[in-house]
Amino acid sequence: MASEEAAVIARGLTKVFGDLVAVNAVDLRIDKRQVYGFLGPNGSGKSTTIRMLCGLLTPSGGNIDVLGMEIPRQAEALRRRIGYMTQHFSLFGDLTVRENLEFLAAVQGLAAAPARRRVAELLEEFHFSGMERQLAATLSGGQKQRLALAGSIVHGPELLFLDEPTSAVDPESRRDFWEKLFELADAGTTILVSSHYMDEAERCHRLAILDRGTLVADGTPAELTGSLEGRTIAVEAQQPRRAKATVLGLPGVISAAQIGNSLRILCESGDGIEERLSRALEEAGLQARLTAARPTLEDVFVAVTTHRAPGETAKTP
Amino acid sequence: MNLRRLWAIVIKELRQLRRDRVTLAMIAGIPVMQLVLFGYAINLNLRHLPTAIVDEAQTSASRQLAMDMLATDIIRPAAHATTAEDVMALIHRGEISVGIVIPRDFERRLARGEPVAQVLVDGSDTVVQSAAAQLAQLPLTTPATERDRASIPLPRAPISVVSFYNPQRVSAINIVPGLIGIILTMTMVMFTSVAIVRERERGNMELLIATPVSRSELMLGKVLPYGIIGLVQTTLILLLGMWLFGVPVRGSAIDVYWAALLLILANLSLGLLISTRAQSQFQAMQMTFFVFLPSILLSGFMFPFEGMPLPAKWIAEILPLTHFLRLIRGIMLRGADLHELWPEVLALLAFITLMMTLAISRFSKRLD
Ligand SMILES: Nc1ncnc2c1ncn2[C@@H]1O[C@H](COP(=O)(O)OP(=O)(O)OP(=O)(O)O)[C@@H](O)[C@H]1O
Ligand SMILES: [Mg+2]
Repeated sequence: MASEEAAVIARGLTKVFGDLVAVNAVDLRIDKRQVYGFLGPNGSGKSTTIRMLCGLLTPSGGNIDVLGMEIPRQAEALRRRIGYMTQHFSLFGDLTVRENLEFLAAVQGLAAAPARRRVAELLEEFHFSGMERQLAATLSGGQKQRLALAGSIVHGPELLFLDEPTSAVDPESRRDFWEKLFELADAGTTILVSSHYMDEAERCHRLAILDRGTLVADGTPAELTGSLEGRTIAVEAQQPRRAKATVLGLPGVISAAQIGNSLRILCESGDGIEERLSRALEEAGLQARLTAARPTLEDVFVAVTTHRAPGETAKTP
Repeated sequence: MNLRRLWAIVIKELRQLRRDRVTLAMIAGIPVMQLVLFGYAINLNLRHLPTAIVDEAQTSASRQLAMDMLATDIIRPAAHATTAEDVMALIHRGEISVGIVIPRDFERRLARGEPVAQVLVDGSDTVVQSAAAQLAQLPLTTPATERDRASIPLPRAPISVVSFYNPQRVSAINIVPGLIGIILTMTMVMFTSVAIVRERERGNMELLIATPVSRSELMLGKVLPYGIIGLVQTTLILLLGMWLFGVPVRGSAIDVYWAALLLILANLSLGLLISTRAQSQFQAMQMTFFVFLPSILLSGFMFPFEGMPLPAKWIAEILPLTHFLRLIRGIMLRGADLHELWPEVLALLAFITLMMTLAISRFSKRLD
């Protein structure tokens, strides 16, 4: 089912570790030149999925087509065309910044002269001028991740897998990092990036949310937030903590998060929920003002990853 | 096999090694320390070893012999004994290290040029043994021969040394060639087995296997730098051995290096195989010792190969060190050349091919 426009197509992708189904029948399609976000709580199978897509883990089931190649059968040929930035720093701590990039350039098959040019270019572009002789182990967390990104694009890959590339990066540097990603995407690179940050998710062209190995949401950020229209309500209350306790007991309420003096409530559906909420708050003797709120990706995340057995009350996110 | 990639890995290993002070120290430290410890322990000129002398002959010549021996200061009388059996029992109990027995027919033996006395030593202690060997070198028969030089042929071995527990009479000369093998076995297997496991532990492996680098490039790239280090160690041991202990190299030096290279490659490929199985550096170390112990015990370094039971011999034939010891002793001590020792060369080559093939095929560019 290879398509001209898709960089990655996965069907029924499954990975089982012993008794644990880490990834469960996931269908994915990533179009070329897109920045595709991968969200999910800890242990939801993001890294496992990425590893299967790069051919580092053998799937227990399903088909993978990456850049028109069947994975894992053609994994070796694929490696020349992809870049992979691991979740944990995997460059050599006892090599300098420059030596790491030189090594990767050579290993990726660049000839000596182009490799030298490319390393110089990357050192400049990723702001490593002046620290090229520093050992990688002594870099700060954010610098390490910058170096890892530089290392993963040494050979100009068509497809880039980034596993939580900004987990140790400050907000300012995170913006720079994402500027880089969009530059790469504009230049034609397809990017799959996993993250725990909602602001990063907003920037993606498209998103997938994984929960316990299952794909629970997939769409553009606008599509995903749109599906929650009418289900998010802001409550201004005098005693927000008591108000929260009251609404959490109500059927149909998924979560209630306190933000300063107000509550943000997420419900299962929008039908008549506002009236039921205000009635319940009134009965509890609480003064409150309810307004419809614009759903955010965080709401989407909470809505698709919060689990309630029937009859169980809502959890606080 | 892409030479540029292979070279990149070799350079990377060497750069990492240069910054790894502990490993660098071990590369030079292990050979020097082992050589000095083993070598000097054996070569020490000991004095005042506890001794019992049994003079069954009780002639003036035999008394003269006993006095001459005591005069060397190597031995001191420590126990009283009247028969050879007493002496053996004393050695057995560890009360004396040396026993000297001058038989009843001392004068007749002297006349016939037979060994005139027996020095019994506790051969389990190589220090004592070499000291006793010195004792046996004394020109003790000189007074006797002077008396009638024409009629009495000079005994070829005037005093026979019978050593218990160490019939091979290992000496520094014997030890140094063997030490090359021991040291290379210990360090080479350990370095490679740990080198790959460490990358797995530090997460570098996930990065490496996601690149186009091939399994054989990765494996060879690890072997080559350590191979060079092995040859450096060999040189170090040889030079120290010659300088400190006057160990001879009777065969050609080139042959010595070829033999060392074969052992180095055998051990490196074994280390690689271990590294494809071990999950942690600790496990890699354990597996290294699992190989190292039988190498020390069964290869003929410690105990003579001939005296071992058949199953032990079979195991020994599998170990690269066994073949290397035959090679290196042949070359260094007997002056043999590599061609004469072809079965050992062949055995080592077969071992290298097998281990390297297994290591490359068992190494997977997957995480599962
Ligand atoms: N090699 C393995 N053996 C056994 N279980 C594994 C293995 N790798 C991952 N798992 C399990 O699979 C599940 C998914 O792990 P994965 O690393 O894919 O999660 P993740 O979404 O990347 O989490 P995080 O956000 O914390 O990085 C986890 O429960 C994990 O314990
Ligand atoms: Mg992960």
